[in-house]
Amino acid sequence: MSGQNGKILVVDDELSVRDSLREWFVQDGHEVETAAEAQEALRHLQDRQNEWDIVLVDIKMPGMDGMELQRRIHELDPGVAVIMITAYASVDTAVAALKSGAYDYITKPFDPDNLSNLIRKALQQRALQRENLRLRDQISDLERGNEIIGRSRQMQEVYELVRTVAPTDSTVIIRGESGTGKELVARAIHVHSNRRYFPLIPVNCGALAEGILESELFGHERGAFTGAHYRRKGKLEMADGGTLFLDEIGNIAKKTQMDLLRVLETKQFTRLGGSEVVTADFRVVCATNRNLELALQEGEFLEELYYRVNVFTIHLPPLRERKNDIPLLVEHFVCKYGMAMGKRIEKISPDALDRLMQHSWPGNVRELENAVERAMVVGHPPRLERDDFSLHLGNGPPRAGSESLEEVEQEHIRNVLEKHGWNITRSAEILGINRVTLYNKIRKYELRKD
Amino acid sequence: MGAIALMPLPGAEAIDLERIALQLEFSLHRDVTLAESLRHVDQAYDPSRDQYNSRTLIDLLRGLVPRDAERVLGVTSVDLFIPVLTFVFGEAQLGGPAGVVSFFRLDNRFYGLPENGELLLARLVKECVHEIGHTYGLLHCPDPDCVMRSSTYVEQIDLKPANFCIECARSVQPDGPSSRMR
Ligand SMILES: [Zn+2]
Ligand SMILES: [Zn+2]
Repeated sequence: MSGQNGKILVVDDELSVRDSLREWFVQDGHEVETAAEAQEALRHLQDRQNEWDIVLVDIKMPGMDGMELQRRIHELDPGVAVIMITAYASVDTAVAALKSGAYDYITKPFDPDNLSNLIRKALQQRALQRENLRLRDQISDLERGNEIIGRSRQMQEVYELVRTVAPTDSTVIIRGESGTGKELVARAIHVHSNRRYFPLIPVNCGALAEGILESELFGHERGAFTGAHYRRKGKLEMADGGTLFLDEIGNIAKKTQMDLLRVLETKQFTRLGGSEVVTADFRVVCATNRNLELALQEGEFLEELYYRVNVFTIHLPPLRERKNDIPLLVEHFVCKYGMAMGKRIEKISPDALDRLMQHSWPGNVRELENAVERAMVVGHPPRLERDDFSLHLGNGPPRAGSESLEEVEQEHIRNVLEKHGWNITRSAEILGINRVTLYNKIRKYELRKD
Repeated sequence: MGAIALMPLPGAEAIDLERIALQLEFSLHRDVTLAESLRHVDQAYDPSRDQYNSRTLIDLLRGLVPRDAERVLGVTSVDLFIPVLTFVFGEAQLGGPAGVVSFFRLDNRFYGLPENGELLLARLVKECVHEIGHTYGLLHCPDPDCVMRSSTYVEQIDLKPANFCIECARSVQPDGPSSRMR
């Protein structure tokens, strides 16, 4: 996942400003150069013409001032975004700079979120100029990384739909059984859209009771205190510029459906307890495992909301219909949990894999992930065996109330320790974790030698 | 394999650092120890802003890495800034031995909301893991399921988990490459 990072030049005569901005941008993954005065800045621009995305320019500098520098920069590279840095007193000059072509200005000291937003917007605009190049590049890694896993024909079709719809700003609804990975599809759409510079904000509509969903979406304010501190950003505000992912949209209470519909139509809302009208610009991707048409017939889902979200549909197949993706998925989860647990498991026995291929996976990819995670807890490096997997039989969803992963782990560690007379080195070896981790787990589970 | 030392800075006594240390050990697979507290950090105080300069704090902490540790992370309740920004939740030296985290703005009460101790601890753990990640050379990560995702306001911290994504975990593994720039 690349393409979000830019080349930034910081021009300021103050060393502390150059240093702190350099560090801030480097940690954000950008490439940064600094210049203490205008001539040095112009040299950087000439050396690597048309490579810069953003130049931050202090308005007040000895020698050539920021206003003049900004004009020279635009002669050299008309596409680069010049952001003027001002002190409180020089805002008028900043406005003049905007008139002569600066992208925007920012007043010292910057609010981190304002700075981050400004940089995202400038990069987004720059990327749009270079559009065809970068977007093409990115689509090729759609089915890799920690995004969606699967090479089956069914998944190829899903990728094709994602490719088609991602760059448009269209509302998308992802449908499929629970556990099929709808959030991953939402992410893929976001990452391959022009909104990728801004966040994807997930909202699990089903998990929130009525009343809580509103404050979650709209945020709230303390009416009596309008000080900047006394507010909580809602998800709609957080999604500004980006994508709002409404998971389990079929489970929203009717009253909230009305509010949501209004917001989706106007992109305007007020925070709870507040009166200021807030505007947010976001794309909507939603998901459901419910039969919305049935809900519509039964009057549980608002017709207008249905038509508003039902624009472009992506159906995610259940895992049992794409079983040839199982080995790839298993490999991915083994790697993921191996890292998280600090455990070196490299393979899975053919026998175990065979068992996984036979299972019907009513809980889909999530059930498979859980099964691998459990197996990783009890399995012995370097290989997972058939008996490390405990699968639920039958076609119903996995039973609730069964042992938690922590209980499985605790029991397993206790057994190994007892079998090896509490020899930590030996037990850690058998468990495939290092000794620090084993000590931690003994402390965590309060295990004792009797 | 070096440990990570948590160093209480002014105000840290309001927090159960033992618990933080234990949770950090789980995320990092390394020993996390509690260092002796550092009481005097006056040189980092900026009276014109009524905040503490985190850069100055890091310079201080760099010289105070305990013998048995390879990293030191200061934890404080005072509000931090870097010269060009209004505030920071924390800061760390990229690939270096020191970092600092403040819970001043992680506390719900700062935003006029009721106190929530568990939420405060959860946020603090995430910020600690995040800054330690920077000290091992990690940059911000675009994966929403990764603690290295950047957070410029507190609600963003709540969206991310306390652990690394696969790629970031690989880079901070005790026996993995010490840093991997992306
Ligand atoms: Zn960071
Ligand atoms: Zn990451």
